[in-house]
Amino acid sequence: MSKIVKTITCLVSLPIIVFGLYIISHGHLTPGGGFAGGAIIATLVALLAVAFEKRLSQQLFSLAESLGLLLFIILGFFGLSSSFFHNFLAKAVSFGPNPGSINSGGVIPLMNLAVGIEVFGALSLIILLMSQKND
Amino acid sequence: MIKKITLTILFAFLLAAALSLHPFGEPVFTEMDDYFIQNGQEETGSNNIVAAVLFDYRCLDTLGEASILFGAAVGVFIISRKKYV
Repeated sequence: MSKIVKTITCLVSLPIIVFGLYIISHGHLTPGGGFAGGAIIATLVALLAVAFEKRLSQQLFSLAESLGLLLFIILGFFGLSSSFFHNFLAKAVSFGPNPGSINSGGVIPLMNLAVGIEVFGALSLIILLMSQKND
Repeated sequence: MIKKITLTILFAFLLAAALSLHPFGEPVFTEMDDYFIQNGQEETGSNNIVAAVLFDYRCLDTLGEASILFGAAVGVFIISRKKYV
């Protein structure tokens, strides 16, 4: 693409990453969460693939998707003392003085992070595979 | 002819169904919603009730959702590779 598109992509890439990470990390306080944040960061990959027309490596994204899903399932197994996917951190992290703090929610922020990584990897992989010629 | 009759019957049925819809914002069964709204923050510690339902009460559902996305990515990868082994 033209130089304008490349420059604007470089300018806008950092705010997109920050906004996506904000949506993921505040998933238990504000609307959003892992799915929405991961999709927002995956749009950056689409933008980069369109603007720079280079072959991006698919290894990183498939690794991210596998790692996110694995982290999610491992977090589920951690709560196995009572049941699968039990929120074992809900009582450990204090509730009461400030329920709106980012430190609340128990295991929910960690699961948001895992799902965010997974959605980012999966959507980026789909975008890359559909936008680039595989020859 | 039969097409017109079928379309008329279908339209009448859909119109009747739309007119007899339950009014929006007045759910019939509210026990579960009330429970989530009353106890969700205290039990999970998260301010966002949607996140509490998604990642605590219905976490197995979210696992299926994430696995579906994983399977979709794997399916696209399999379709778009060059060599079919």
